[in-house]
Amino acid sequence: MPTVSMTVNGKPVTAEIAPNTLLVSFLRENLRLTGTHVGCDTSQCGACVIHIDGESAKACTVLALQANGAEITTIEGLAKGNNLHPMQKAFQENHGLQCGFCTTGMIMSAVDLVKKHGKPDDATIRKGLEGNICRCTGYQNIVKSVKAAAQEMEG
Amino acid sequence: MGTQTGIGASVKRKEDKRFIIGKGRYLDDISRPGQTYGYFIRSPHAHAKITSLDSTAALKAPGVVAVLTGPDMQADGIGPLICGWGITSKDGTPHKAPAHPALAIGRVRYVGHQVALVVAETLQQARDAAELVEIEYEELDHVIEVGDALAAGAPQIHDDVPGNLSFDWELGDRAKTDGAISAAHHVTRMKLRNNRLIPNAMEPRAALGDYDSGTDEITLYTTSQNPHVHRLVLSAFNAVAPEHKLRVIAPDVGGGFGSKIFIYSEETVCAWATKKLNRPIKWTAERSESFLSDAHGRDHETFAEMAFDANGKILGLKVSTKANVGCYLSTFASAVPTYLYGTLLSGQYTIPAIYCEVQAGFTNTAPVDAYRGAGRPEATYVVERMIEIGAREMGIDPAEIRKRNFIAPDAYPYETPVIMTYDSGNYALAMDKALEAIDYSGFAARKAQSQTKGKLRGIGFSAFIEACGIAPSAAVGSLGAGVGLWESAQVRFNPTGSVTVFTGSHSHGQGHETTFAQIISDQLGVPIDQVEISHGDTGKVPFGMGTYGSRSLAVGGSAIMKAIDKIVEKSKKIAAHTLEASVEDIEHSGGVFKVAGTDKQMTMAEIAFSAYVPHNYPADVEPGMDETAFYDPLNFTFPAGTHIAEVEIDPDTGTTEILDWVAVDDFGNVINPMIVEGQVHGGIAQGIGQALLENCVYDKESGQLLTGSYMDYCMPRADDLPTFRVQTINTPCKTNPLGVKGCGEAGAISAPAALMNAITNALGKEIDMPATPEKVWRAAQGL
Repeated sequence: MPTVSMTVNGKPVTAEIAPNTLLVSFLRENLRLTGTHVGCDTSQCGACVIHIDGESAKACTVLALQANGAEITTIEGLAKGNNLHPMQKAFQENHGLQCGFCTTGMIMSAVDLVKKHGKPDDATIRKGLEGNICRCTGYQNIVKSVKAAAQEMEG
Repeated sequence: MGTQTGIGASVKRKEDKRFIIGKGRYLDDISRPGQTYGYFIRSPHAHAKITSLDSTAALKAPGVVAVLTGPDMQADGIGPLICGWGITSKDGTPHKAPAHPALAIGRVRYVGHQVALVVAETLQQARDAAELVEIEYEELDHVIEVGDALAAGAPQIHDDVPGNLSFDWELGDRAKTDGAISAAHHVTRMKLRNNRLIPNAMEPRAALGDYDSGTDEITLYTTSQNPHVHRLVLSAFNAVAPEHKLRVIAPDVGGGFGSKIFIYSEETVCAWATKKLNRPIKWTAERSESFLSDAHGRDHETFAEMAFDANGKILGLKVSTKANVGCYLSTFASAVPTYLYGTLLSGQYTIPAIYCEVQAGFTNTAPVDAYRGAGRPEATYVVERMIEIGAREMGIDPAEIRKRNFIAPDAYPYETPVIMTYDSGNYALAMDKALEAIDYSGFAARKAQSQTKGKLRGIGFSAFIEACGIAPSAAVGSLGAGVGLWESAQVRFNPTGSVTVFTGSHSHGQGHETTFAQIISDQLGVPIDQVEISHGDTGKVPFGMGTYGSRSLAVGGSAIMKAIDKIVEKSKKIAAHTLEASVEDIEHSGGVFKVAGTDKQMTMAEIAFSAYVPHNYPADVEPGMDETAFYDPLNFTFPAGTHIAEVEIDPDTGTTEILDWVAVDDFGNVINPMIVEGQVHGGIAQGIGQALLENCVYDKESGQLLTGSYMDYCMPRADDLPTFRVQTINTPCKTNPLGVKGCGEAGAISAPAALMNAITNALGKEIDMPATPEKVWRAAQGL
């Protein structure tokens, strides 16, 4: 079996894996980082979004081997110790989550969205999160959360 | 208690922390030592005989532990899946609910039907081995639409169900309603289609069976809204294990919307197979399996007649519905198109005569059962589309015609012709507030402005009602329910003053861990961070009937209130003893027990400590501070309100833009306004999904599910939805101690009618849901 090496949440990891192992399976099963979720099988729902070298990506559509040498950040690595990322705080402050299943992917997508757009308006946020499905919130409080976090992230 | 954390405060959710840092514990996050993986082989045919099944090659494949089939389960005495609500047909005969083995025996009846379970050391090995199981089918004719299934000469889905008719049920007074219609000034007649939906909670269903041969106990982890009901049914009917040897754990569950109420094949099989193989077995649905085999929702074909006098006063409503129940009756499937539907056809209106008949037909599709709202969205859709169309036909303003028919605020208790007794409400107030919020008087000018841009503007109303807080046990028992619908709560003070509440109301997004803690904080003065809400484990929580029908707060919350009453009663005795006063002189408020007219007092924390360290303690009082209560509601609750949608249609593209959405809902008292608002948002989003985007489609020719993935089934996404403007009015419910009515389903119940009324108002003609751009474009182009 081939060997894969990458940095996950700041820690170097190396493992022997079957070549068809998806990155999301590697994170969930091998590293037991279960905050990254699987909600569909067609790369539509966005529950599995992580950052690869700082860019958001759907971990269900990347082979672990493709991430060889990459810097991976998952939801577990977003906070600095006990200090939550402003996006995490904003989701709690603005009731941006209900069941929580889509939330981790939603937060990871939103962080990248704000990085790219600065202070996005409602329409930009809604368009930017088009690849993340939430069945609970109707998105309104997610939009509110992202806007609030954007203020903090800039400041 | 202070307003910061008590009843009425928008307390930030206590449960959020684990979810935002990736430490939620959903089912697939759990693994057990020595765990195997299950993969279900499913029917590729809509209807076929299984002529042979050969697993020889699969059993030799690497890592394979077993291939299990329906006959194996039958041989082990595992009973079929059940329907828990008996419906009686017009002719007095019981509904027909053919045996539903958890794994098919001899015949498959829908695409996705569970045929066999392959168990292997890894999921990949189970999947690979499934390819090696050789199954021969002999295809049979199939039928997809309920109208076709109930027509003469339709393919027979079950040998013992002639004409595919499960039941032919009626409610109300047929003769009186016919009389009202024939004597009416005007009768509105419409065919209405309530489209079939797939629930799509974001966490797919999953199950993990874990048998302990030392204790002979099976632990079933499963994605359930009601783990105790799972345990009861799996024990009493499926005979998987006796109740005391079966523990059901529903950990963090990623949304339910009804679809995780039911006792499905997959968890039944996993619970049985773990003991048979003496290995933990985990199965997690792929999304495509969810599409195929989660219970679907809605799917009604209805003909309705609404009779009016010359002033637009409704004289009668007659409704004839064909309900598609899929290929078997799922756990509560029979209750949804009957007692959760026909009983709500009076809406918010005084209608002297109502008659409803429902034929439930089997088809070669996945079972259909409760989905957010369950029967009540279908009822609201009928009533609110009919009154709106009636208003148009008679040239009466749609807000005005509703006001002429509203039940007056002083008419409660109000008994409808369809066996419900509404306890409270103020429908005109909600309507007036909604009209003001949307600036109804300015609509004509806004419409004219749209016209100048070549756009069609429309406005639509929905004055919905629902029956929630499900449900008084004796009442539903008399209507066919196989269970009681009470709730239990245990309130346990720890010696150091913190509290653990065990509730049977499972939380899978609703925020119970916060709302229920607010009740404790409010009533007993405990800081909210000292309150823990425990749910979802039959090994911890005494009993429970679970979460559905917007019942958690009205029923589960009321059970907590009853347990609090017992805590207070006991605490008064302890305080009286310690403070050397009589019990009658102890006054309680927010966790402080005071001797009336003195400054002598004890706090709840001091009393709890005394109860566990009873050194100076009343002789006739038991030590400990831990009370359990069961609460059986006296009546349903009746949340109601008005939603108004305003849309603009581009006739050249057929796209509908929702410009504004106002919701004014009466949920009675509100514990946490922030959470309530979030529930309304989510409900409206699902209702908009039904009206605009979502539609479950089977190909009639092949019986294949055409909308079997997110590529084909259009889920509402962030850029499909507007910003909702939500407010509440609060007429307290008169039949429960919290005065609450429930808020979880309102949006999904109200939204489809509001949006379709707006779209058809803009178009000036009728179309059915979903109002896809193609349908809207055709209508706008006069095609």
